[in-house]
Amino acid sequence: MALKTEPIIVNIGPQHPSTHGVFRLRVAFDGEVVQDIEPVFGYLHRGSEKLAEERTYTQVITLTDRLDYLAAMSNNLAYCVAVEKLMGIEAPERAKYIRTMIAELQRIASHLMAQGFFLQDLGAFATPIMYMFREREKILDLFEMACGARITYSYMRVGGVNADLPPEFMPYLTTFINEMPAHIDEYEGLLRENEILITRTKNVGILPADLAINGSITGPVLRASGVAWDLRKSDPYEAYGKVKFEIPVGSVGDNYDRFLVRLEEMRQSVRIIKQCMEQMPPGPHRVDLPMLLRPRKGDAYGSIEGPKGELGFYLVSDGGVSPYRCAIRSSSYINLNLLKEMLVGWKMQDLITIFGSLDVNMGEVDR
Amino acid sequence: MEHLATGCQPPGFFDGMNQWEEWVLNFFPRFGDSLCRSMGGASPGGFPDWAIFLILGIAGALIVVNIAALGVPYVVLLERKLLGRFHNRIGPNRVGIFGLAQPLADALKLMTKEDVTPSAADKLMHALAPLVFAIPVVLMFAPIPWADHAVMADLDIGILYIVAVTTAAEVGVFMAGWASNNKYSLFGAMRAVGMLVTYEVPLVLSIGAVALLAGTLNLSDIVRNQEYVPNLLFQPLGFLIFMIAVSAELNRAPFDLLEADSELVSGFHTEYSGMKWALIQLGEYAAIIGFSAIISTLFLSGWKGPVFLPGYIWIFLKMGFIISGFIWIRATLPRMRVDQIMAFGWKFLLPLAFINLFVTAAEVIAFPDGLPEWLIPVNIGVAFAAVIGFAKLMGFKAQTRKLTFSGDYVPPGEAVNGVRTVARGG
Repeated sequence: MALKTEPIIVNIGPQHPSTHGVFRLRVAFDGEVVQDIEPVFGYLHRGSEKLAEERTYTQVITLTDRLDYLAAMSNNLAYCVAVEKLMGIEAPERAKYIRTMIAELQRIASHLMAQGFFLQDLGAFATPIMYMFREREKILDLFEMACGARITYSYMRVGGVNADLPPEFMPYLTTFINEMPAHIDEYEGLLRENEILITRTKNVGILPADLAINGSITGPVLRASGVAWDLRKSDPYEAYGKVKFEIPVGSVGDNYDRFLVRLEEMRQSVRIIKQCMEQMPPGPHRVDLPMLLRPRKGDAYGSIEGPKGELGFYLVSDGGVSPYRCAIRSSSYINLNLLKEMLVGWKMQDLITIFGSLDVNMGEVDR
Repeated sequence: MEHLATGCQPPGFFDGMNQWEEWVLNFFPRFGDSLCRSMGGASPGGFPDWAIFLILGIAGALIVVNIAALGVPYVVLLERKLLGRFHNRIGPNRVGIFGLAQPLADALKLMTKEDVTPSAADKLMHALAPLVFAIPVVLMFAPIPWADHAVMADLDIGILYIVAVTTAAEVGVFMAGWASNNKYSLFGAMRAVGMLVTYEVPLVLSIGAVALLAGTLNLSDIVRNQEYVPNLLFQPLGFLIFMIAVSAELNRAPFDLLEADSELVSGFHTEYSGMKWALIQLGEYAAIIGFSAIISTLFLSGWKGPVFLPGYIWIFLKMGFIISGFIWIRATLPRMRVDQIMAFGWKFLLPLAFINLFVTAAEVIAFPDGLPEWLIPVNIGVAFAAVIGFAKLMGFKAQTRKLTFSGDYVPPGEAVNGVRTVARGG
């Protein structure tokens, strides 16, 4: 006689310590094994896209801060790149270098959080994340010097940045950049070769490259799957065309690759920042533009390689002072496309780590 | 060395501590002595022997229970302090000097908290589970020798009793998980049962090896047997197995599956609050104290140490050392997956425990008058050989992985550094 069993349906989130915000996942478990999942979004929906239609082009920048609140600078940059494309203007050289540098600092900060929370999800009790908070704090200090805010910066402006870097910025950045490689080695030394980490992450949550491409996955997740796709290389914006760096590429596309790729990207970011500091020319930090921007009729799609993937803004202008339509291609949201393919068949604990390794931010998913 | 002058023989707990001249160290024997006197023990017309035995027994039990009850808040404080340091922060330091009054504040907070019972819970079981969880843990303190003769119940089957009693605590875990009527709790409870079955076996087997060495199950005798050489040196492999199995038994990292805060919210005690939660916490940390006492007794020669410190100070020092070790491990290692924990227990720990038992038995047969000291390096070698050899046998390889680097843009569809050919998307 066969024992009659039925799957157990568990609501993971929206209030769960490991859902990185307010993500909700209805999961059917067969014992500990994931049978089926149904993601439920929208708990953090604030209508950013609609709100953007009511605001002037400059005011929208404050909305982009609230998308991926762990990488607000990148969001600012993506939006500004899009508006500049729409208006057909270009930021001055110095602004480009400042933006590149700030965006790379933001990438480090975002990856630090991604790595920290990933290890936290694995059960490494808060030690790695506390180490990583330490360096993120310094990056926030730098941002505070530049713009006065620590989370929602609104530092980038159409045609440049809000203000030039203050004199105390560069010495602090130099110390930070000189220390950072040792800190990255430290994070790597904490757990990279740890047997438990390896058994928990290796070959877990494999995302094959062809599937990843079909699912429009971008960012470190795609690169971990073995595709060397990076907008900084394939469509160099700002100063990325003038600096040397490499794209770390994984081979399997599992949790471990995603972990390694993010670690290595931090190193490459340090490299980029160093070159930016050397090459940065003097000059204006912003082009002179009228108070109210009125781009000509038309549309433009501007995108950057954000810390979590391709972050793009599609803007339609009717010639007025605010965008007629602002659509956001949010990397976090699109990276969740293949969640089911990645999760089904793995255990509950893997569900948490695979989700953690995708590094999504609910502010960006729900917009 | 003045012994109790009354001729009244209280239970074992008060026997041996009076070799220390200081007033503090003599407090318990003199207390027992005067209590004995005031009740008129051994004089005609006084209390009957059984009553004195009972009263002194209860007094001793109170002391031992309070070692657990008062020790727990400070172990929690130690853990918070140490974890703070591991995490690059300071830890609690606001309440009292160095945060020493923090446990008091915590206890006060817990006592004033609302005690929530979920409406769908099995009320009786939900209320009973913390008790079922905590009581066996307190019982476990009875046969632990704190100093020479200073033992509540000098049981001949001491270590067997401890294994039996601590296992009962898992019933409390399962009761809590089931009665809460919460799916996370249920997950935690199911994992607890699986882990209990897996790790109890190597635990008992490594205890078996120690018992073989000592030729007894009595904890006091096991300590006396480690007069010159602690068992750790003769039993390095056994110590390792015991530590791992105890980590699992205590639900400590990397085996903290039952409460896995990043997965199961709080596991089996998700639905507990207020004093019930405090009782579960008490049980957990009392178990840490108890098991660290047992580890010191079995492997680190218990209360024995150079004579400039009394026995119970020695055992407390050793316990503190082991507790700090557990905290260190918690701050370091990620959590294992449930199936990997089972595989590790059955496929790795259990065979090693058998090897250890077999080697120990052979040595005991070969040297019936006690093991010679030259066996220490041999045993350490055997431990290394067994662990490494068995890992090789199981096909374990140190695993690393290198990333490839792409300096230039490679369109999808091309081979990426020869790693993988990618089908064009869309």
